[in-house]
Amino acid sequence: MDIFLQQILNGLVLGSIYALIALGYTMVYGIMGLINFAHGEVVMFGAMVTITVVTSLMNAGVALPGPMLVLIGLLVAIPACMLLGYSIERVAYRPLRGAPKLAPLITAIGLSIVLQQVAILIWGRNYIPFPAILDHETIEIFGATITKLQLGIVALCLLLMIGLLVVVEKTKLGRAMRATSQNPAVASLMGVNVNTIISATFVMGSALGAIAGVMVATNYDQAHYYMGFMIGLKAFTAAVLGGIGNLGGAVAGGILLGIIESLGAGYIGDLTGGFLGSHYQDIFAFAVLIVVLIFRPSGLLGEKMADRA
Amino acid sequence: MDTNKKLAVFIASAIVLAVLPFVVGNTLGNSWVRTIDFALLYVMLALGLNIVVGFAGLLDLGFIAFYAVGAYTFALLGSPHFDIHLPFYISIPLGAGLAAMFGLLLGTPVLKLKGDYLAIVTLGFGEIVRIFMNNLNAPVNITNGPQGINLIDPIQIGGVSLGKAIEVFGFSLNPVHMYYYVFLFLTVVVVIMVYRLQHSRIGRAWVAMREDSIAAAAMGLNIRNIKLLAFALGALSGGVAGGLFATFQGFISPESFGLLESIMILAMVVLGGMGHIPGVILGAVVLTIAPEVLRDVIGPLQMHTFGKMIVDPENARMLLFGAAMVIMMLVRPEGMWPSKRRAAEFKDAKKG
Repeated sequence: MDIFLQQILNGLVLGSIYALIALGYTMVYGIMGLINFAHGEVVMFGAMVTITVVTSLMNAGVALPGPMLVLIGLLVAIPACMLLGYSIERVAYRPLRGAPKLAPLITAIGLSIVLQQVAILIWGRNYIPFPAILDHETIEIFGATITKLQLGIVALCLLLMIGLLVVVEKTKLGRAMRATSQNPAVASLMGVNVNTIISATFVMGSALGAIAGVMVATNYDQAHYYMGFMIGLKAFTAAVLGGIGNLGGAVAGGILLGIIESLGAGYIGDLTGGFLGSHYQDIFAFAVLIVVLIFRPSGLLGEKMADRA
Repeated sequence: MDTNKKLAVFIASAIVLAVLPFVVGNTLGNSWVRTIDFALLYVMLALGLNIVVGFAGLLDLGFIAFYAVGAYTFALLGSPHFDIHLPFYISIPLGAGLAAMFGLLLGTPVLKLKGDYLAIVTLGFGEIVRIFMNNLNAPVNITNGPQGINLIDPIQIGGVSLGKAIEVFGFSLNPVHMYYYVFLFLTVVVVIMVYRLQHSRIGRAWVAMREDSIAAAAMGLNIRNIKLLAFALGALSGGVAGGLFATFQGFISPESFGLLESIMILAMVVLGGMGHIPGVILGAVVLTIAPEVLRDVIGPLQMHTFGKMIVDPENARMLLFGAAMVIMMLVRPEGMWPSKRRAAEFKDAKKG
């Protein structure tokens, strides 16, 4: 019981990050009906670019407080990732709009590999440490600790999710996005430029992904060319758990998955009598995915969707 | 092609295949014969995946798990790890059988899933198997974790071990040559099996299910059973290949059974020509041999043009592999050597 609250808090932090990435997946799936396999790599790029910018600034002797440096890094990483997301859509998905679903999946996987290799070319194969410029001062809540940084992560995620919801529900762009996800043909008859909307969706998702990447890098103090894969997969699981295509579902799914994973990692030793250790943590996401897809494929908040073959 | 021509091609290929290891071994060296051996293994794997993806249309991104099961079964039953040394004609079928059971285990919960979802779940399954292989070394050491299993027994036929060179009529037969013939024999068996499956009621049932499973069910096909059969048979092939891999390489570790390998095999099937047996074989051979050629070429090429290494061979190989996947799908999504049906499908899709 003593670790219960701690794991819940850990799960909340992790889950917020998953939620942010899941939003990218779910928006693209809602509009195009395909899984953007390369989204995890966009997250990775966001993290790597930010670290590079911050490190260069520090080496150049720029004397700004830590959070400011991270902000500048973000201001570079976000446009970079938006550009990356836009290019991915134009290169890999737009030419294959009419093709059988297998083709975009293969291109997405191929692009994912290419992006990882490019990351190796630029940053090498080793883990890149996040510069120690942010303080990890902890706060105690009922016996559990959480750092101010982590609280900041959760708060920022919340803000971004609310912001996205406002855009989708209240703005013209958002209305166009919702229309396109419901029926692209009719939306275009109503004067919506479907290509632009799809690009906008990718760009928005990538921007969120860049921020999520920085959060991961600051939370774990390092980044790595392969970090996008696992976290992308888990975020996708979160999106499915909440109901793919549903923004609120992505958020709920993300936070729920984060908590499930944390609690599982914390308690798995006790549950299995020491047979399985916490390195089985990754399995939780997959297990959740399989269970959800078997018993409730529309997810927690999703409506029954048509067969996506 | 008329019968005489077919027979001529058949005999010619048989002769080429029979003497290939010696020709290659004496001109290019034994390491290339080893590459050919691996190419044969991958042909078996690709044909197995082809049953699932090409015939039945079930996207499987975790196929390497069956390879792992076959390999680990052989390794645990034929190495100093548990000190059991069963002969290969028991361990390989046992590994294949176990892999087939895993295939059923995977197939059962995913019967309702389609397309992307099926892909992700099978990916998860593959990862789960790999994570278990990597971590089942405490508290009871079953798989020896990340260190893998070493000193796996080579195949012994009639008391003669294929792991050491043998002298025959003054010729020295290297293990890579002997394994070549074992692999070639089994590959031919797999090709025959897959070919017969394709032109059987089950093969036609798979095609029907792939094209329109509702109509197929309406025609009286038991979709559940044929899906499970596809998974089981694909896994069986994978398991056989896995056992052979273990005995050939003598050492296995969870590293060889990750997502990247699953993607590789899927690429062999898709880029070669999904559902078309010759295409899949071509895909497997090209995607095994090309990286090796590249590895030898890329270093000297860079030194020659740039004077230094910008991209190390492994990096370049993966980069080109990913790029090839993207480009192939954009330019020729039906694969290098597609079946007539598939080529027609894609022509329609491109037009409309």
